[in-house]
Amino acid sequence: METPRWWQFRRRAELRIYKWSTRRRPREAGPVLIHRRRIYIVPTRMGFIFGFLVFVMLMGSMNYMNSLAFVLTFLLTGLGLVTMHHTHRNLLNLRIAAGPQEPVFAGQTASFRVLIDNASNQDRYSLALHWYGDDPITYHDVAAGQKTLVELNLPAPQRGRLPAPRFTVHTTFPLGLFYAWCYVELDMHCLVYPAPADNRLQAPPSRGKHGGRHSQHSGREDFAGLRDYQRNDPPRLIHWKAYPRNRQLVVKQFADPQSDTLWLDWATLTGLDTEARLSQLCRWILDAHRGGLQYGLRLPDVELPPASDENHRHRCLEQLALFEA
Amino acid sequence: MNMLQRRPAPAITLQLLACLVMVVLPHTPHLHPWIWFCFGALTCWRAMAALRHWSMPARWLRLLLALLVFVGVYVTYGRINGQQGGIALLVALLAIKLTETDTLRDHIVAALLAYFVLISQFLFSQELIMVLWLAAGAWLVTATLLSLSHPQSALPYKVSIRHSAMLLLQAAPLMLVFFILFPRIPGPLWGLPSDSGAARSGLTDSMSPGDIGHLVTTDEIAFRVTYAGNAPPPDRSYWRGPVFESFDGRTWRQSADYVTGNVAGLSSRALEPMGTGVEYEVTLEPNRQKWLFTLDMPVQVPADARISRAGFVLAKKEVTERRLYAASSVLNYRLQSALPESERQRNLQLPAQRNPRTRNQAQAWRSQGLTDQQIVNKALQRFRQEPFTYTLQPPTLGIDSIDEFLFDTQRGFCEHFASSFAYQMRAAGIPARIVTGYQGGEFNELGGYYILRQSDAHAWTEVWLQGQGWLRIDPTAAVAPDRIELGLSAALPLGESMATALARRTQEGLWRSLRLRWDWVNNSWYRWVLAYGPELQEEILGRFGIRGWGNMILALTIMGSAFLGALGLVLIWRLQRSRVNDPVQNLWLLFCRKMQRQGLARAPHEGPLDYAERLSAHLPAKARTIRRIARLYIRLRYGHATTDPDERALREFRQAVRAFSAG
Repeated sequence: METPRWWQFRRRAELRIYKWSTRRRPREAGPVLIHRRRIYIVPTRMGFIFGFLVFVMLMGSMNYMNSLAFVLTFLLTGLGLVTMHHTHRNLLNLRIAAGPQEPVFAGQTASFRVLIDNASNQDRYSLALHWYGDDPITYHDVAAGQKTLVELNLPAPQRGRLPAPRFTVHTTFPLGLFYAWCYVELDMHCLVYPAPADNRLQAPPSRGKHGGRHSQHSGREDFAGLRDYQRNDPPRLIHWKAYPRNRQLVVKQFADPQSDTLWLDWATLTGLDTEARLSQLCRWILDAHRGGLQYGLRLPDVELPPASDENHRHRCLEQLALFEA
Repeated sequence: MNMLQRRPAPAITLQLLACLVMVVLPHTPHLHPWIWFCFGALTCWRAMAALRHWSMPARWLRLLLALLVFVGVYVTYGRINGQQGGIALLVALLAIKLTETDTLRDHIVAALLAYFVLISQFLFSQELIMVLWLAAGAWLVTATLLSLSHPQSALPYKVSIRHSAMLLLQAAPLMLVFFILFPRIPGPLWGLPSDSGAARSGLTDSMSPGDIGHLVTTDEIAFRVTYAGNAPPPDRSYWRGPVFESFDGRTWRQSADYVTGNVAGLSSRALEPMGTGVEYEVTLEPNRQKWLFTLDMPVQVPADARISRAGFVLAKKEVTERRLYAASSVLNYRLQSALPESERQRNLQLPAQRNPRTRNQAQAWRSQGLTDQQIVNKALQRFRQEPFTYTLQPPTLGIDSIDEFLFDTQRGFCEHFASSFAYQMRAAGIPARIVTGYQGGEFNELGGYYILRQSDAHAWTEVWLQGQGWLRIDPTAAVAPDRIELGLSAALPLGESMATALARRTQEGLWRSLRLRWDWVNNSWYRWVLAYGPELQEEILGRFGIRGWGNMILALTIMGSAFLGALGLVLIWRLQRSRVNDPVQNLWLLFCRKMQRQGLARAPHEGPLDYAERLSAHLPAKARTIRRIARLYIRLRYGHATTDPDERALREFRQAVRAFSAG
């Protein structure tokens, strides 16, 4: 059911304040202390209904000249006013900081981790974080002196650094009559690796210290791992036992002790545009890493020496993510 | 999707249902059983639906239910507005609302309606005890509302209960400010339903043998009186109520002009005061009648009331709520020394053909040539000399009730004496009428006021004598003088007084004093809280120089904002102070600062254990101490600090942190 425009008081007020506040505040490194000057507060629709109810009660009390009815009416009036302070305070002096961010591949959903730090002796309830314009998904309680990590999801369609847009921290606790919120624009980014290319696209990269030597299965001494099947692979290298499990052909790779490094080279990828090349390199890095191989990355102006650990994988992918032609 | 459009956790729905049942429960006496059945059934269904995740019924079914409820309430109560019908409808519609209470928003609306059910309780009773219910009910509904703004999971009861209590306690001072300063206007705004107010017993607009005898067995309070000066002696404190001038042989009624409401007022010349007036204030319990009791004979009455032809005070509206009024009376007076012929005829009227023995005797007195005064004395003398008994349990009387009482049974209560006396007078050609009201009262030393109860209800007569006007004659005083001097229980035979509720009144000592104290509390409650209306507000605020609406609203705004501002400051201050008061956190921060100086600042997202591991890696020599500090911190911070304050661990932690040096 569509709500009429005039009824969307809160949304309109929020929009106006949003436009106004964007002009005032730059991105912040964090942690951001939610100072009282940052908090906006307006009544919710339920707040208006509550107000109307109190008004009707007041009329009734006046008509019946009923003192106890007056008492309840005014008690609710007081409650409505007091709860405004409490809703406001539910946000006050919280610290919002960027949590550790996990990189994602392009096309996936980036989840920004935000830390809510409640360094006060009051428990906070029903705090919600959401990008401006979205509806909150979950509510969080943060006990006194505790911290909570909250994830904010954002689609990451392109590689590179994805800056987190401005988000809203809000609450309607304790009675849902007021909506208090503040905007936080933390200087946090999510690293977006290129989307890995489809496997079938390209033959695997060359091996050896100098690159270019076509010796994919030259060394058969040590089994080095598995990688996805490519069109030209000899059938005897196919790891048939794994087929029923994976529904995908994989081939065995063997490391040659003399030339156990794999060079993933930008220059070998010809006839493709930049993004496709990066995607392909990304695929190779993933495969090589999965295969436990030593691999190095060569880009036009960067060369990462071969290694095989987790850090290396990240550094390589980071280079791809931030690559500028 | 917005949170408000989602379905809350089942536990929250159940909490709402429990709250609604609690709030409706005190309405039980005013609700027809089928409404309770309807409400109970739908509540149970809703509870099952929450637990089993059933979907809500179709729209047409809900509309049908609503229609049935309207028809049902109309059939049961004869109307759908009014106090009883309105509440019944409210409860029934609330029950139907439950069948569409699916989303969080519906739940909140239902909780808000619970406040409405709560406030409707006070139409039926505003006794002091209801304050407790107000507090408990508001607490309950607020706690429910609180749970509803924590929709994902049910808030622990402890939290919602404590939080809502705190909110209400903070709202209470604002309530007081509003209650005192919000400008009150004379109501009602749009009129009250005819069945409004609480039902009570009291004198009615007719008097048959046994009516008052029945009334006096209840101990309910009729009204309370505070005299401005000295109270009149008991034998002069007759509280004048409805006057009956029409008799059908058994029942005394008000004459026709009172019944139609087209009654003339008492002209100011008809009442000649003799002596000074007595000023007093009456707190009248609601009796659903228009008359206001005043001391015999009233001269000054409230603005919305007047003294009627027969000398008792009629208000414009029925008294449906407890009412406070000031009046003054004169104890010595001459009433209507000239009686218009129409009134004379009215007060001589007797039903034909009945009570021959009484008629004959009265006519015999008349034919003996006795004057009116002598006939009055003769009749009173007869009550005194013959073995008449004042009793609450008179034998039932037949068709010639006056004859049977005067000549055969001779046992009766005040209405028997008054009725037969007036009959004798009329039979002898002396205008006479019955006055009902209250006589006597119990003094409350604590509050300095008199309490008149239904057990003080009384009936007496007035006869009109040439040159003297209407004269009060109380035949009961001739038979049982103790009734007038000492009250009912002293006048009744011993066994009878003990058998009734009157027994309590005779008891002395602790119980009586407690009872009078309680009554004083109740009276003050009424006098200062319930009666707080436009007049009292003007009077009290006037003493502080706050006059008129403008000033009241100004004062209200100033005091309200001042309180709210102060509350806001206190709330913020308590939030900031908290850091200082947390020794564990302070010590941990001290430790973090020490490490920061070594260039090993803690990352914001880093937990104490992760941090400790990283530090240990950098400072292998201190690894043991670092890990110990982190462990102690976690134990103090996240352990069950409430059950075990763990002083020893804190001391250890303090020593470890203070002694620690990274360098």
